[in-house]
Amino acid sequence: MPEIPSSAIESSRERPRIGVYVCHCGTNIAGIVDVRAIVEFAAKLPGVVVSRDYKYMCSDPGQALIQQDIAEHHLNRVIVASCSPLLHEATFRRVLSRAGLNAFLLQMVNIREHVSWVHLNQREATEKTKDLVRAAVRRVSLHKPLQKRRVSINPHVLVVGGGIAGIHAALTLAEAGKQVYLVEREPTIGGHMAKFDKTFPTLDCAACILTPKMTAVGSHPRIHLWTYSEVVRVEGYVGNYKVKVRRKPRYVIEDLCLGCQECVTACVYKEAKNPDEFNLGLSKRKPVYLPFPQAVPQKVVIDPQTCIQFKSGKCKKTCVEACGDRKAIDFTQKETIEDIEVGTIILATGFKTFDPVRNPYYGYGRYANVYTSLEVERLINASGPTAGEIVLRDGGQPKAVGIIHCVGSRDANTNRWCSKVCCMYSLKLAHLIKERTGAEVYNFYIDMRTPGKGYEEFYDRLLDEGVHFVRGRVAEVSDWATHPSEKGRLVIRVEDTLAAFVRRIPVDMVVLSVGMEPQPDAQDVRRLFNISCSTEGWFLERHPKLAPVSTFTEGVYIAGACQGPKDIPDSVAQAGAAAAEAMALIDAQFVELEPYTAFISEDQCSGCKTCIPLCPYQAISYMEEKKKAAINEVLCKGCGTCVAGCPSGSIQQNFFEDEEIFEEIEGVLAYA
Amino acid sequence: MKYAYYPGCSLRGTGRAYEESLLAVFQALEIDLQELEDWNCCGATTYMSVDELTSYALAARNLALAERDHMNVVAPCAACYLVLNKTQRYMHDYPDIKLVVSRALAAIGLHYDDHVQVRHPLDILLHEVGLKAIAAKVKTPLKGLQVAPYYGCQIVRPYATFDDQRNPTSMDRLLEACGAKIVHYPLKTRCCGGSQKGTLPEIGLELIRHLLTEAQNNGADVIATVCPLCQFNLECFQKEAGNHNHPISMPVLYFTQLMALALGASGEAIGLQRSLIPIEPLLARKEIAYA
Amino acid sequence: MELKRTVKFEADRDPEFARWISHTVGGERIRHCLQCGLCSGSCPLSLYMDYTPRRLMHLSREGFKEEVLSSSSIWLCTACYACMVECPKKINITHLMYALKQRAIEERFYPKRFPIPVMAQQFSRMVRGSGRITESWLIVRVFLRTAIWRLLGMSGLGLRLFRAGRMTLKPEKIERRAEIISMLDSVAATRKELAL
Repeated sequence: MPEIPSSAIESSRERPRIGVYVCHCGTNIAGIVDVRAIVEFAAKLPGVVVSRDYKYMCSDPGQALIQQDIAEHHLNRVIVASCSPLLHEATFRRVLSRAGLNAFLLQMVNIREHVSWVHLNQREATEKTKDLVRAAVRRVSLHKPLQKRRVSINPHVLVVGGGIAGIHAALTLAEAGKQVYLVEREPTIGGHMAKFDKTFPTLDCAACILTPKMTAVGSHPRIHLWTYSEVVRVEGYVGNYKVKVRRKPRYVIEDLCLGCQECVTACVYKEAKNPDEFNLGLSKRKPVYLPFPQAVPQKVVIDPQTCIQFKSGKCKKTCVEACGDRKAIDFTQKETIEDIEVGTIILATGFKTFDPVRNPYYGYGRYANVYTSLEVERLINASGPTAGEIVLRDGGQPKAVGIIHCVGSRDANTNRWCSKVCCMYSLKLAHLIKERTGAEVYNFYIDMRTPGKGYEEFYDRLLDEGVHFVRGRVAEVSDWATHPSEKGRLVIRVEDTLAAFVRRIPVDMVVLSVGMEPQPDAQDVRRLFNISCSTEGWFLERHPKLAPVSTFTEGVYIAGACQGPKDIPDSVAQAGAAAAEAMALIDAQFVELEPYTAFISEDQCSGCKTCIPLCPYQAISYMEEKKKAAINEVLCKGCGTCVAGCPSGSIQQNFFEDEEIFEEIEGVLAYA
Repeated sequence: MKYAYYPGCSLRGTGRAYEESLLAVFQALEIDLQELEDWNCCGATTYMSVDELTSYALAARNLALAERDHMNVVAPCAACYLVLNKTQRYMHDYPDIKLVVSRALAAIGLHYDDHVQVRHPLDILLHEVGLKAIAAKVKTPLKGLQVAPYYGCQIVRPYATFDDQRNPTSMDRLLEACGAKIVHYPLKTRCCGGSQKGTLPEIGLELIRHLLTEAQNNGADVIATVCPLCQFNLECFQKEAGNHNHPISMPVLYFTQLMALALGASGEAIGLQRSLIPIEPLLARKEIAYA
Repeated sequence: MELKRTVKFEADRDPEFARWISHTVGGERIRHCLQCGLCSGSCPLSLYMDYTPRRLMHLSREGFKEEVLSSSSIWLCTACYACMVECPKKINITHLMYALKQRAIEERFYPKRFPIPVMAQQFSRMVRGSGRITESWLIVRVFLRTAIWRLLGMSGLGLRLFRAGRMTLKPEKIERRAEIISMLDSVAATRKELAL
């Protein structure tokens, strides 16, 4: 830690010479607080040498004013009464530094958010401002020079989640020369995007654009790809995280498996019997399987729930035979825990689709030909269960298809938010269904939301293709026929709000455009990484506009749909942004932390050890030889728990010493 | 400059004063007009409702006659102007229409190769003659006359390129050049109801009432029009449109009548006597001493 | 209170009608309609319409022929083109209204003695006979067939116009009236030949 120059310490011991600067913030403050009265009031307070006001203290001339006063009037303390320190504390600290003063000899008084924005009465607001300014003047006299701490940054990065966002973030970082650990829970990377056939609005083949990136991840020398793995523990702090990763056994030794799939062919099950997760149960797989043809890594996996060897131990093990000398199959494989150290973490854990069983009036699960949009993605996909043919469960071709938007979105009964992508993918599905089957396609929508490059144009194209657009939230899907033309079909009942009457539309296939939800274990993950969630359960960004991929935990970033509904381009853009944020930290090589750490007055410490278990960061240790507690400054986050907990009052915290706080409180309460 | 003059049916009936004043203005400004030989009805908006293909053929006969005589057409009536333009455009855009029309023309020994421009007097006066030249020939400035310029729909919409479709100003500028004062008139392109005063009288009257009261409220002395049907609607039903408390009596003239007055024509020559609401007392009050 | 079934079945739709409207001249872009309602807002007659132009666009492209052709709106349209100039999707709404009028006349979707189709028919007959319109006679013919009593009510105005020289009983005629007949016959023949 850099030393504080002795001159700075000297100057702080001199008699306080305080400058008070009151900001108008345009009319934000001056509109309700009598700024002149504050300036005059402050000028008379003990220790105050200069007292001034200015229209915008944060502006260049405002800053210059303070800097000049420090030089001319030999100020050694500065008070700025303006907005929240969150906004401009750093600005004014830099002013002090430029003027040769220690930055921590500044105290800000928040008279905007705490006064002018919350009070209507000018007299009361002005009186309150006086109290706050007086408190600051008394407090700042006791300020001591402090120095920020520097922490070095481990250049390795952990990326959690191997969907398109995680893939893009990992590749970006690896291409920039960083070592990346990419951890994916499923046996393959690819995420939701790997399930799609085409992407909107360009109708690019999803696999054609995704698989090159997947193989690049699989073969990149600087990416450690751990699929079928989960993060179980995270410790440490920005730049220095210690992470435990559990690698689940796939009962196949990844280094030995070639992906030839001869074991799959050889499996004692001649026919695949188990629902295929990748195809959402629309097809079957064997107990030993490759999730899908372009899976990365190209390594099979054995499902112990369905494999005879695991169930009875009495299998002929034809798979092992087929594997032969490679000996890649290992029924005794156990889960392992890997310990890694990284400096930054990118969470790209994605989303889950809404389960439409929660909207029983749409008949999902009750009527065979009611599908979710994701299921239809698989049906349309050339490598899907029907090789791209859109067929009903009985093998027939639909003559009419209804696509119901906003299922599990914009609904106070389920999810209130708009899932953002459904309008566009519904249009895409409508196009593909019409193109491949010639069926009449109906879109039932509440609003069409197509804000994206080329999106509105795609909507226009669909309009021209003769797809029906019926504006109204579908009330019911049933097989109740009230008209001969409805017999044996699924009837959609909806108000066509454009025509202003209720319509009954018989179709053969219903597609539910399900919305996006946070992953079911999002709360566990957020606790694991010590970040926050919005009330809906999406990971919370530090600022919705200006820090969209940062979190409130330094060094942990979020990308893609774990932060909120997002389409592919937005997810990729966020992933790139998160990678850049991580690299900015790495390339800076260190971060500066606030010096608000706790410290122990050794002569007062009784060595009772009360503080040690209280510390959430394991920053306190016990010095056996001295029989005293000691605080590791690097680990201390300045939470203050030990300060409050110490029975002998021997722990103090920089910038929040008892004296300073008491002085401030008395200042507030000392009515003039 | 010599143009084929296409009067259209209305200028031989209710709109006679439009023809008289138009000829006077063009004569004063030395623009040659020659009536299109044996012209026929353009079909107007009405024929379109029955049979659009025939309507295009009827209109095209006039275009073909003008082309035969190597002249561009001047069409003062809004409906004629629109239909002739529309016919040109649709023959150009739709091969089927072109084929039907070409065969119909061939049946009477004519053909049309899209060489004729159909123009409105506003366009010719503003862009071929010009405001300076007109101002120079003004003999009786219309000083102090407050005019509400009413364009109606079919002159500027949807095909006119000589003026702004939403806020046309060609007539404003021409009348200003003649010394008149143009009042603010936000309804200048709002529909007068066309033939609806005849077919759905209550609704037609409502539209007419809006146009008249707005002109009145904005301080207009007179409404200037560019279309015989607009002129007819606005002038002939003022008694019905007004009521006991708010009677309406507002002269409604063709813009060409106002221009001709300024250019020195006599009231009789331009059909002032044909107005149902006389403008003479107003002109006397304003001390505009026309010939 | 008369209660009617208002729910619409798919069988109530006429897909041929929807196809026809999107293939009629000027109707090519109807399917692009965003249902923004700018047409209805800009229409000076929408105040009186049972279905606004916006709603007619939707009902037409969905094929609800009955509703569309029996709507008063298609007769209220004065062809002022306000909607068409403003339409953000460049739909030729005015022309669509013409097409709907023609279809409604063809299929007789209008009340007895309804003056607008009568006027259209009298107008076309007069053009066929004379090549030009004589306004006075057109008015007389229309009112004789729709509302004779109104003819009496308008006689005062007629007389004033007559005195002002703005109405004449002398029919306007072109020289070569036979040409009009030939053209009309030719159009009819080509239409039949090309099935337009």
